[in-house]
Amino acid sequence: MHERQRSTGSLLFQAFSLMVVVALLSLAAYPSLLHAEPPLKKASLIPLWSPQAQFAGYYVALEKGLYRRYGVELSILNGGSGNSPVEALQSGRADYAVMWLTTALRHRDAGIRLVNISQVIQRSSMMLISRKSSRIDSLQGMNGKKVGLWDGDLSIPPLTLFSRRGITIRQVPLTNTVNLFLRGGIEVTSAMWYNEYHVILNSGVDADELNAVFLSEQGVNFPEDGIYGLEKTVKGDPALAAAIADASREGWQYAFDHPEEALDIVMKYMLRAHVPANRMHQKWMLNRMRDLIMPGTAFGKMPSGTLDRKDYHDAGNAMQRAGLIGGCPDYADFTWRHDAVQ
Amino acid sequence: MQFSKSIVIRMIVVITLCSAGIFAVTLVVNYMQSRSMLEMELEKNARNLASSLANRVDAELVSVAKVTEGMARSLDTAEYNREGLVPLIGSMLDSNPSVYGSAIAFEPYAFNKQERLYALYLFRDEGTVKAIRLDASYRYVPYLYQDWYQIPVELQAPVWSEPYFDDGGGNATMATCSVPFYYSSGGKKEVKGVVSADIRLDSLTQLISSVRILKTGYAMLLSRNGMVLTHPDSSFIMNESIFSIAEERSDPVLREMGRKMIAGESGFVHHSLTDEPGWMYYAPIRSTGWTLAVVFPEAELFEKVRNLSLTMAGIGTGGLLLLALVVAMATRSITLPLRALASATGPMASGNFDVELPAVRSNDEIGMLTSSFRMMGESLKEYIRNLTETTAQKERIQSELQMATDIQASLLPRIFPAFPERPEFDIFASMDAAKEVGGDFYDFFFIDDSHLCFLIADVADKGVPAALYMMVAKTLLKSEAQRLRDPGVILEHVNNILAEDNESCMFATVFCAILDTASGELIFSNAGHNPPLLVGSGGVRYLDVKPGFLLGPVPDSRYETERITLRNGDVFFLYTDGVTEAKNREDELFGEQRLLEILQGDFSMAVEDMVHAVRSSVAGFAEGAAQSDDITMVALQYTGNGISSSAIDAPLIISKS
Repeated sequence: MHERQRSTGSLLFQAFSLMVVVALLSLAAYPSLLHAEPPLKKASLIPLWSPQAQFAGYYVALEKGLYRRYGVELSILNGGSGNSPVEALQSGRADYAVMWLTTALRHRDAGIRLVNISQVIQRSSMMLISRKSSRIDSLQGMNGKKVGLWDGDLSIPPLTLFSRRGITIRQVPLTNTVNLFLRGGIEVTSAMWYNEYHVILNSGVDADELNAVFLSEQGVNFPEDGIYGLEKTVKGDPALAAAIADASREGWQYAFDHPEEALDIVMKYMLRAHVPANRMHQKWMLNRMRDLIMPGTAFGKMPSGTLDRKDYHDAGNAMQRAGLIGGCPDYADFTWRHDAVQ
Repeated sequence: MQFSKSIVIRMIVVITLCSAGIFAVTLVVNYMQSRSMLEMELEKNARNLASSLANRVDAELVSVAKVTEGMARSLDTAEYNREGLVPLIGSMLDSNPSVYGSAIAFEPYAFNKQERLYALYLFRDEGTVKAIRLDASYRYVPYLYQDWYQIPVELQAPVWSEPYFDDGGGNATMATCSVPFYYSSGGKKEVKGVVSADIRLDSLTQLISSVRILKTGYAMLLSRNGMVLTHPDSSFIMNESIFSIAEERSDPVLREMGRKMIAGESGFVHHSLTDEPGWMYYAPIRSTGWTLAVVFPEAELFEKVRNLSLTMAGIGTGGLLLLALVVAMATRSITLPLRALASATGPMASGNFDVELPAVRSNDEIGMLTSSFRMMGESLKEYIRNLTETTAQKERIQSELQMATDIQASLLPRIFPAFPERPEFDIFASMDAAKEVGGDFYDFFFIDDSHLCFLIADVADKGVPAALYMMVAKTLLKSEAQRLRDPGVILEHVNNILAEDNESCMFATVFCAILDTASGELIFSNAGHNPPLLVGSGGVRYLDVKPGFLLGPVPDSRYETERITLRNGDVFFLYTDGVTEAKNREDELFGEQRLLEILQGDFSMAVEDMVHAVRSSVAGFAEGAAQSDDITMVALQYTGNGISSSAIDAPLIISKS
């Protein structure tokens, strides 16, 4: 492992050195270039989690130079355990972050003025999964059962659902494996359609052995990934926000048009972050992302980037009812549309 | 050369092709059988190998599990404090070198009421044992929610974790055996914490990769989730699972196999997880629910069989070439004497029997053939020598016969007209002998100035004896005719002389006549000869003469002399039975009637033309059929005394003189 790191590192260093030399040579040859292009605006983006196809659009946009084309020198920070996007925004370590609408609403309610500059995923892709062998064949059947839920904001949608249905569960904290569920430590687990569901399938459990319930089918359809920035950041440079939103959308389009190339890019970032990388899993994830993001597909109902006002209010109201937030900010206040800038 | 070449090539082609066919079938059968035997052997080997390896891994894991269990049970009851835990774990690590690290972790506030979380972890770090507090070192996920802690607590049972990278703990990829320990409160067993022992994946990888399976085969460890734990390709490790491979390859069979594996089954399958065909035996590692699979790449597995087959094919090809060579040589050695014989018998065929035949070296067919040829040559030589002698002899006889013919011919009067100075009659005769020398003869001669004796005779039998007899008869007849002047008497005398010493019982028919040239009176006597024909102006007829007895066999025979008077122009025609008994191809006889008809044609014909007409008519009748008897004719025309031939109808006075 160390061996590989070193060799990768030295290779990267060599490549980088070469690029620098080439760049310096071209600059020396064409000094006018230095003044011809407007300077790139530096910005950073932190995804919700460590590199995976859930964020393919951003990595692809970066790798294909789309952000640069939009005048942004973007750096994508490492997400994952211990790297809370909200904290990164608050601390100023990141300018923009990918997070769920529910997370953003909760933090906005807590006084952090987050603004949605692009809604990427238009619906909820969260599921509640149980084994058929455990004889839980409905939501009501989960009453009194051990249900694995992620800590924090990711438990908001299922908790909202259970509270709405008056279901009491024994909540068991989940981390980032499905082993607790596979070994029978819990009877129900929450899972993302694009991630844990496939992990369970690829641990040798067949789909027909599972009862898989989409929250969206149970009336809890909270839009998930969106790009957020602090209000002051967005208002400070609306053009930059617009550039990031547009370049990201283009990145997604490119990723869906060139899935294998997109997977190569994602795998590269995963290996760079030393995250276990399984191409087939990432492929599944990218395909589900297409289902979730692309308009015209099964679930894509909105033009990419737009947060549906009704979805927004539904989520806000549900959270309010569940007592998760005190109030819901005005839609126009919460969402920032860059087309309004022009 | 052509002959021997074709035999050599035919032998080579037939024997080599036949051998090649047999060899190819043998090779294929051998390859198939070797393969199936190898497969059977392989399954046994693979099963043994996988089972023994699985048992080794299992034994190690079981021992770790036992130690962990022991610690947990001791913690159920033992009193402990902060100071006592370190040596407890330390001594466990000391006595179990395969354990990488071990932790004792408590439920919230279970260690003491002041501290919510307490987890002590000792692990090996560069030769020493290092102790850390996991409640502090796990940065993101508290130990309570780590699989190694959470799952045994939830299940209240010992659990082997899925291998994981212990970020913040051991900082290594490891599998952890966790055993909960308990305390009793009010008769109820409550989990107090978890004892864990870690096995580094490296050590398992080492153990498994230390087992060499052929050159390119390998053993592979799969987790309970089907995750690849050890694999020659390190990029598979902890990244790919058998199910993701099955998904990537769209291989439902492989997925089904994976499900059997994680269900703890074992099996032998023709599958290698890659595109390379291969065989895999998988066996469960009971303690962890993992699977150990041994993969034998088919290419390598059957390499030996293939190599063997190739070697065999090589040897076979060489052998076939050798065989062809040997066949060529053997055939050549067989055909060489044959060739020598063939070239030697070539001149023999064209008649040279003195050629040197190849020496007979063996008693085989060639030897026999050579001997036979030699004998044949000698027999032929002998035969030819005999033939040459016989031929020479025959030629001598032939020439002698020819001479005899000439002599015989010279004995008969051959010059016509015979008496150009005598206008009163004309005579013509011919004899065509059936053989070189004939038995027929004729003669005519004057016995005095006005009497012409003429006769025709047919000696029985033909050839030399007949000729000799004829000579005697002719001589006798001529001498007796000149002395006796009467045909009947002449015949009587000659008969007596011939009969005297006639031991060979030869005989002859004779018609003897004497013409008085002045009067035309003809006296004649017949000794068994064909009746003569009289051709006159009134027609042609056979004369009704006394037959008389044959001349020669019996002495003292009587012969009557008869007489007629010929008129001017009358032709007296004598012939032998060679004329009337001439046969054509249908075996029909020429017959007396035919002769009569020919002579009837034109009675003004000259005698010579008359004889020639009969000859050509007989030849025409015979149509080339071989002449079986001498053909002899004598025709006499009387032209001298002015008596008209119209008187021919007058009865002839035939009387003994």
